[in-house]
Amino acid sequence: MHEKAPLIRIAKRDDLPKYKVWLIRLAALLLAIAIGGLLFLIVRTNPITAYGEMLKGSLGKKTGIRQIVKTAIPLLGTALALAPCFKMRYWNIGAEGQITMGAMGAGYFALFWYDKLPSPVLLVVMGLAGIVCGGLWAAIPAVFKARWGTNETLFTLMMNYIAIGIVAWLQGGPWEGKPGSQIIPTFNKAAVLPKALGVNCGWIIVLLLTVFMFVYMRYTKHGYEVAVLGGSENTARYAGMNVARVTVRTAVLSGAISGLVGFMVASGTHMTLYSSVAGGVGFTAITVCWLAQLNPFAMVAIAAMLAVLSRGASTLQTSLKVPASISDMITGIILLCMLGCEFFINYRLIFRGHHERAGEPQRAGGAEGPDKKETEEGR
Amino acid sequence: MENSHAIELKGITKRFGKVVANDAVDLYLDRGVIMSLLGENGSGKTTLMNMLSGIYFPDEGQIFVDGKPVTIASPKDAFANGIGMIHQHFKLVDVFTAAENVALGLSDGSYDLKRVEDGIRGISDKYGFGIDPKKKIYSMSVSEKQTVEIIKVLYRGANVLILDEPTAVLTPQEIKRLFRILRAMRDDGKAIILITHKLNEVMEISDVVAVMRKGRHIRTVRTAETTPQALTEMMVGKAVSLNITRFDPVDPKPRLTVAGLTCRDSEGVKKLDNVGFIAYGGEILGIAGIAGSGQKELLETVAGLRRAEKGSIIYSPEGKPPEELVGKTPMQIRDAGVALAFVPEDRLGMGLVGAMGMTDNMMLRSWNKGRGVFVDRKTPEKLANQVLDFLEVVTPGIDYPVRKLSGGNVQKVLVGREIASSPSVLMSAYAVRGLDINTSYIIYNLMSGQKARGVAVIFVGEDLDVLLELCDRILVLCGGKVSGIVDARTATKEQIGLLMTKVGGKEEA
Ligand SMILES: Nc1ncnc2c1ncn2[C@@H]1O[C@H](COP(=O)(O)OP(=O)(O)OP(=O)(O)O)[C@@H](O)[C@H]1O
Ligand SMILES: [Mg+2]
Repeated sequence: MHEKAPLIRIAKRDDLPKYKVWLIRLAALLLAIAIGGLLFLIVRTNPITAYGEMLKGSLGKKTGIRQIVKTAIPLLGTALALAPCFKMRYWNIGAEGQITMGAMGAGYFALFWYDKLPSPVLLVVMGLAGIVCGGLWAAIPAVFKARWGTNETLFTLMMNYIAIGIVAWLQGGPWEGKPGSQIIPTFNKAAVLPKALGVNCGWIIVLLLTVFMFVYMRYTKHGYEVAVLGGSENTARYAGMNVARVTVRTAVLSGAISGLVGFMVASGTHMTLYSSVAGGVGFTAITVCWLAQLNPFAMVAIAAMLAVLSRGASTLQTSLKVPASISDMITGIILLCMLGCEFFINYRLIFRGHHERAGEPQRAGGAEGPDKKETEEGR
Repeated sequence: MENSHAIELKGITKRFGKVVANDAVDLYLDRGVIMSLLGENGSGKTTLMNMLSGIYFPDEGQIFVDGKPVTIASPKDAFANGIGMIHQHFKLVDVFTAAENVALGLSDGSYDLKRVEDGIRGISDKYGFGIDPKKKIYSMSVSEKQTVEIIKVLYRGANVLILDEPTAVLTPQEIKRLFRILRAMRDDGKAIILITHKLNEVMEISDVVAVMRKGRHIRTVRTAETTPQALTEMMVGKAVSLNITRFDPVDPKPRLTVAGLTCRDSEGVKKLDNVGFIAYGGEILGIAGIAGSGQKELLETVAGLRRAEKGSIIYSPEGKPPEELVGKTPMQIRDAGVALAFVPEDRLGMGLVGAMGMTDNMMLRSWNKGRGVFVDRKTPEKLANQVLDFLEVVTPGIDYPVRKLSGGNVQKVLVGREIASSPSVLMSAYAVRGLDINTSYIIYNLMSGQKARGVAVIFVGEDLDVLLELCDRILVLCGGKVSGIVDARTATKEQIGLLMTKVGGKEEA
């Protein structure tokens, strides 16, 4: 009976000291770099040169840094948009569609009103249109959820494809530029976001949004309602909160910010509108949001890190002729390690023969009730 | 049969961060014995038992089963050693039948429902459970669910049964039944550990009592050789008086006039049927009844959390014109001074957010106060500190997630918050559910204190002795109807027991 303990047990950790958490994260990063190094060896490239190139290509040049900021803007903006939804345990994975709809709303004014309004006014109107369109798009699944309890995960996901489809139709039909080109014309200069320090001024907007979101979640009544509702719907009701209203309001806020991001990518980055204008940002932002554990300031760092990675990967391709797929794999490995290490922060593995005085708490079968109960009840 | 103890713990220590939940505990238990485990809230009872059932792993110490040292690293190991625990929070799948739940996770890999059903019938007959293996969990009462948990454990061949506060959610009749079953199991040679805060139950059912205090095992005594008073003092570590002060109501004025109140649940079943009564300021009105007779619905309707189909609730606050509460929102009602402290069966589900600390949980009442978009955290913080000091909540700090507190401490947070709002009507339901005896008396006296302030206190309770001792009048509910209102100073338990079953006449399981 004594040695019957399983070879490896997974045990939940209780509070791990902060510094250890960061050591684990650092170790994960180093591991990812090591695995990536092996990959480089396989394609007969010196890993040190390769990583050096990546750094040089991304952070070494002014243009590189600008490129990074440009990539990071929508990632950060969208991650901020998702934060309150996730806090509320409302699984909005429809940011991609909300960005697309926001871009479409902005695009309408960029294409048809550029000669009727002075540029600053036009830009403000475009931003507002993005906000309204993104918000409305997010409102649809939220209202269904609040009213009839539909599953928001599936619903928001499906809405992405509809949004992309609508823009694809506009692209080939009513808004098409040269007949047969399947392309919407480039926006007039008046409809393009001006630059600040060499990059479109979207970065100022998202940094302001970061502070806003931090304050909103931490110090406002709305933020508190979101946190309570995410913790337990029954308690929210008991505290006199209007669950349906909070759900819809939060989803709309999230969609509105995504819509604003849509305006920024259409006007600042692409200067036109096309069906994949969101470019997967709506999904990558989910990773950013979780890696940052819903903390807005951490999102700035994570979004920047991802942008550095993707920029570095693309310079590799040109300077060392490493296949594009290898750079993508490196990015993937780093992300996987970062996500995977969160597992080791929350759980530990205990090997057989390491029992008796295994100093750490063990919580195999789902410990005391409240914990579990709550997740069940948290909708 | 060997001469060694069924279970023996030696030097068991368990820490959670800085909290020492168990401190070098030595304890043993023999076959054919029912042991009560007694201790204040947060004294480490649940933690200790969780180490026997494989949910936690001790930091130090050794567990022996039948004299042999064992490693219990998972619930599976616990079953392999014949140890089974019935947790306070049931772990059953609602949409499955009793048999399916028992069959879930059986380690022999087979899934033979027929055999499981027969097995359940066998166990049922042996100990007198009377449970239908084909009944779905969601259609079961709390007591039936508990029975399924017990069967689950017995089916896996447990010789040692641990029950964590099984009586906290049962009616007196159900408790009697449970005790009959426990005795049958004891006579069958099983060793049973029972955690409970009710001293009369300890005296009634157990052969020995183990007392814990602040994580340490203080002493194990024979029940026959001790008294409730002695046990309490062992538990608390000093002499305490267990008295409820009851004085006559001073100048009672109608505060809440309820008439013809009727409501239905979401399935259209009538839960309240033409309920009428008056609650006076400066008086404690007790509400008694079999579980599910409409107590919860009544309080929820008054609090505005449930829609009244018919009837009126007139609220007459001191020095203000009377107003109708039916049709008002929960928030308006609360702001008018009608407070509700409802302690649900799982303690956390309603009224608290487990992931938040005390401060943020205090804020659930006040978050919407004041103008502007920002919340005020200063006031709730002060309140949290007050409740902490006053009710002696055991927690590392007011920002520590309440989910991690012991059951009783979670509840102090909830009840403390409602009392602290200085309401003019205070409704509390099951306020002492799971609270240790000392804290229970603190709560009773808090209620009396509110009464002295002129508050109309409505107290839904389960323990008739307490109701008779604490309240001025007792309203008895039966099947959603008022079956009688009696004077608590002259009424008897039998009289109330009769009223609890009279109207409607439907037998409760
Ligand atoms: N998972 C956990 N994480 C951190 N602390 C914990 C955890 N579980 C229990 N504790 C702490 O350990 C102590 C003992 O808790 P335990 O639940 O064993 O008490 P208890 O005797 O069962 O109390 P009650 O009668 O209130 O149920 C408490 O101070 C509690 O806060
Ligand atoms: Mg406990």
